Parts: sequence; structure tokens; C-alpha cells
Amino acid sequence: MTQPILAIQNLSAGVEGRQILKGINLVIRPGEAHAVMGPNGSGKSTLASILAGRDGYNITGGEAIYCGKDLLELDPEERAREGLFLAFQYPVEIPGVNSTYFLKAAYNEIRKHRGQPELDAMEYLTFVKERMKILNVPEDFLKRPVNHGFSGGEKKRNEIFQMAVLEPKLAILDETDSGLDIDALKIVAIGVNKLKRPANAQLVITHYQRLLNFIVPDFVHMLYDGRIVRSGGKELALELEETGYELMVNRAAVPA
Amino acid sequence: METKTDAKPKQPMMENGPYLEKFERFEKGAKGPAWVLAARKAGISHFTELGFPTLQDEDWRFTNVAPIAKRPFEPVVEPTRDAVAAKALNQFTFAGLSGSRIVFVNGHFAPELSSVAKLADGVKVMSLAGALASDTALVEKHLFRHARADANAFTALNTAFFQDGAFICVPAGKAVAEPIQILYVSTAKDNGTTAHPRNLIVAERGSQVTIVESYASLRDAADFTNSVTELVAGDNAAVEHLKFQDESQQAFHIATVAAHFGRASNVVTHSIALGAKLSRTNIYATLAGEGLECILNGLYLTRGEQLADHYMIVEHAQPHGASHEYFNGILADKSKGVFHGRILVRPGAQKTDAKQTNKNLLLSDDATANTKPQLEIYADDVKCTHGATIGQLDDESIFYLRTRGIALEKARRMLIHAFAGEIIDRIRCEPVREELDKLVWERLEQNEQVALNP
Repeated sequence: MTQPILAIQNLSAGVEGRQILKGINLVIRPGEAHAVMGPNGSGKSTLASILAGRDGYNITGGEAIYCGKDLLELDPEERAREGLFLAFQYPVEIPGVNSTYFLKAAYNEIRKHRGQPELDAMEYLTFVKERMKILNVPEDFLKRPVNHGFSGGEKKRNEIFQMAVLEPKLAILDETDSGLDIDALKIVAIGVNKLKRPANAQLVITHYQRLLNFIVPDFVHMLYDGRIVRSGGKELALELEETGYELMVNRAAVPA
Repeated sequence: METKTDAKPKQPMMENGPYLEKFERFEKGAKGPAWVLAARKAGISHFTELGFPTLQDEDWRFTNVAPIAKRPFEPVVEPTRDAVAAKALNQFTFAGLSGSRIVFVNGHFAPELSSVAKLADGVKVMSLAGALASDTALVEKHLFRHARADANAFTALNTAFFQDGAFICVPAGKAVAEPIQILYVSTAKDNGTTAHPRNLIVAERGSQVTIVESYASLRDAADFTNSVTELVAGDNAAVEHLKFQDESQQAFHIATVAAHFGRASNVVTHSIALGAKLSRTNIYATLAGEGLECILNGLYLTRGEQLADHYMIVEHAQPHGASHEYFNGILADKSKGVFHGRILVRPGAQKTDAKQTNKNLLLSDDATANTKPQLEIYADDVKCTHGATIGQLDDESIFYLRTRGIALEKARRMLIHAFAGEIIDRIRCEPVREELDKLVWERLEQNEQVALNP
């Protein structure tokens, strides 16, 4: 079998003495789309944050191996350069930082890390324009400061646009559907699908099943109280939606 | 290096001896019309009355000028012999700007370093001393009318001792397209050296002009620059004025910009403070006509043990005036930023729209910011707001940038630069804005403090 992009083993973590993740196991291979679903407080966003390298969590056990490397040892920027991308649940507004400048800096950092030469201004512009076209992103996205004054939908689209430019190996989408109406959701999902490649993988974190109508996962995992309590195919998402998390947990607890 | 504050309160009279004595000697050799001499005498007498301010003075609570009061006082009475090569000026910011440039060395006009472009009829760009001889009536109409020697000891001292400065006058309806630059270069080697630059800028009714007033040092001495600029914008005039202070890290710099704005004028004045050990810029803006708009914009970038102080009084004297103040400070190491902004709305100045913001970014735990807004409103139909913040870089923004592959140090610099950019972006003159933007970025790159993890 091919080497996994991400192999999480028995990962436990918490914040300020409170245990949030209590032994997560998850393997993601190239070409796969995984969905992690769960109720509020189950640890979904904590998992995404820890994978991206956010400060403030104590790793109390287990490991996360990313393309053969110890992910948890890397700085957030090193993870990004290695091809890990987090689409934020709440993308940050950064007034005063020009989007074009920001994205070009990020893109060239990643190219440099891959041993590729930096693109000159013209080459970069051609490349970015092509990406914008694929995702149908309005040109003024690049002219405005990063996320500044963007609507909720625009911010999420901007995350997917950045993802399209940075071409990650593993894209983690943290509740990308939250706060989106159905039209915005479709636009985002179409974008994500267009970026799917056999060598890459996606980890979609969501509370609701509806996003998975548009981004069809190969695997669905149900996260509850810091553990993956059930895993299955895409039909599990529908089952979860119908039955509800609580009932599913009770059923899972009862041996068949 | 002098760092400790003097605990003993200074008696103003103690300092007057040498000042008065120096003035009496200076007065004998002073040239110029009788009304100037009278103003000088009034200046020294106000200074004698007022003395140097102390920390007990409410307007100087956060800035201790005892180090200035204690230094020897050596006004540069004669032009300095040591010639400054034109080439040496190339190192300074804005050296590449096209347009007229008038240069002063230690407060004395240096015609060999100055160049005045071909200007529209009647536009004057010259030394004030020269103008006192050639355009006496015009100068008399404005000089000493706006910067009040009775309210500020440093203005009083400047009025008594000033030698020269720039005189710029744009007659009614004329426009000067390219920025006019006033450059003050200090070559001081001795710590007592004191210069008193005095500028008069008059933009008459309906005229347009951009002025860049720069202060720079060629050496690293604890010299003292005590400047006063009077800026008059007539009715409907459009003026952009930028004061740029990038003196040696040892220098003391006290400056007053006293501005008077006419009806429907549009004035932007910027104060950029990068250099000096201690700098204080007083801006007194009088909104003297109806329906005018002005922006007071400023940026201070300090490190080491620098102190940068901005003190402002914006006086709305007539109805329908809008004033917006924006000051951002970026403070590293043990440096200190001070902002004092007073908005005064006179009775009858209805429909005033006055806004003030002061934001401070502390890059180290040892940096401090003091900010003091003050509203004094005597009209009832006005809109006045003020806001001040003191904070550190936003962790969430840094994390966001890092998750896109940008290193921690670079992420920090990007955010600091963005913070400075809020101010720099308000500079309307493009070449000035671009050069300053580049300079601030370079300074941030150099500042290793920035790279430290908070």
C-alpha cells in the first residue's frame, strides 16, 4: 500500500488541564476524502487546530505522522510548506496586508521549500488569474486587504482560493460550511471538488451532513467526546443526520 | 548616556541666567526689522517667565525635558565652517524627490546645497532671513501670528534665537505640482549645539502645494533642534505638509507646527518621528473658517530608549469643520510613545465633526505608551469621537499567516508594516508615500527586536 499522507495514532490532547482528544486514530491516503463529523464540543476543531500547529494545546499522548515526518514537531509554517493547508472556520481579517502580496509571499515560500525557483511577477499573475478563473473568484479579491471587509461567504471562498493557489497535499477544511447559505456552499464545494487530485487528500470537518452532498467523502468518521466512535462510508453521514449524534452513540455503545 | 530622571524639581529661574546672558549678546549682533527684534525680546521674556516645563506641568506629564534643560546651551550663531558636500545629502530620505529643495545646515541657509525649480509666477521658496529683507510686508503679515511664544517655553526660545528657516509662499490660485522640500541637516559634534529653525509657509486663497520638512543628522551627537513652523492655508487652499524627523539617536528634538486653516480649505499634515533620543512635536491647528477639512496624521517608530511625544490642540473656531487625527506608534525595546490630543470646540462651532484615534503597538514588555485624549466642547450640535488602543500583535493573525507558509518573523513584520501602512497610506503625494513606505519596511527589517518571539 502507498504511504499514508497522514497517520494519526492514539492522539490525546487538551488545554489547561482539560482533556479534549482522548485517543484519535485516523489514516488518510492519497486520493482520499475523509469527513469527520460530530456534535459541538466533540473535539473537531481542536483536531484541526492541532494538525495545523496552533499554540496552546498540550499533547498528552500519541502521534501524527505526516508523509513520514513527525507533524507535531514542525512549526505551522513548516507544515504549510510541506503541503498541509487549513481552511479556517473563522478566517482572520488582516487590514493593511495586501492580498496579492500576501498570497505571492506564501506561494513563493512553498515553492522555495520544494526547491522550485520563485515565479516572477508576470508568471505569478498568469498563474493566479488561471486559478481565479477555475474558482470564479472576482478580481477584486486580490486588490483588497486579506479578508478585510469580506462577507462570511467571501471569506470562505477566499480560503478555497488560497488553497487552489497553494496546491496542498492535505487540505483540512474546518467547518467550511458554517455560516454559508446554500448557494455559497455550492460554490465552495464545487471549488473543493475541482481541486481534488489522485496524489492529494482532503479532511472535511463538519457539523452537518449537507456539505457532504456536494463534497462526497470516501470515509466518514464520527467524533464524540474526543474519540472516533464510528467510521464508515459516505452512507454513515446520512445515517448520522437522520438518527442524531446522541442516539448513534448509544447504539454504538450497545454491542450488536 | 543620560537615562535617569532628575527627581529634584527644577526652578525655572535657575536656568535663565545663561539664556538671558546669551540673548543679550546675540541681540547686539542680530539684524532685521525692528518688529522682529521686538518679538525676540518678547520671546526671551516669555521664556524667562515660563522656564522649561517640568513633569508637574500637565501638558508635559509624560515627557521629562530635564536632560535638555541641563545641557549647555550653545546656539549656532554663525554659519558653521565645516562644509557639507552636496553628495552627503544623497544618503537622506527624499533625496531623490524632484522639485525644489532648500537646505539648512545647523539652522543656517546653505544656498550652495539648495536648488529652486522654475516655479509659477510669484511663488516664493527662499530663506526666511532673505525674505525678511526682500518681502518684509508679506512676512510681517504672518510671522509670529500663529505660534504663540507666551504659551510654550520652547516656542518662546525659538522666537528669541531663531536665525533662519524656510519661507514659502504660494500666491492665490497658483499651484505647485512638485513637492517642495525643506531639509535641515545637523553636523553637530558637540552636545550643546542648538539650532532654532523657523519656517513660514503661506498658501494663499485657492492655492495648492505639497511641502516636505525633514530633519536629519550627519553625526551622532546629543544636539538640540528647537523648530517652529507656522503654516497658513488660505480659503479654499489645498495643502499637504509632511514633517519628517530622522535625527541621530542621541539628539533632542522639539518642534512646533502652528497651523491656521481658512474657509473650505483642505489640509493634510503628517508627522513622522523615527529619530532622536527625545522628540516632541506640538501641533496647534486652528480651524478658522467654515466648512473646512483637515487631517492630522502621524507615525512614530521608536526603539532603544527613544521617546517620541506628539501633543496636539485642534481648535474648531467656526461651524461645519471636520478634523481627523490618526496617530500610530510602534514601540520596541524600552522606548516610549506619548500622545496627547485635545479637541477644543468653540461656542458657535456647530456641526463640527472631530475624530481622533491613537493606536500603539508594543513590541516588547518594556516599551510603554501614554495616551491622553481631551475633549473640550462649548457647542451643542457636534460630533466628537476619540479612541486609543495599546496592544501587541494579534496572535491569531500571526497564526493565520504562518499556516500559509510565512515564517514567524516575516509574519510579524508584515503585521507591523500593515499597522504603519494605515498612516502611510494617507500620504497623498505618491513619490513621498512610496519612499516612506520603503523606508519603514527597511527599518523594520533592521530592527532585530521584531524577530524576537513575544
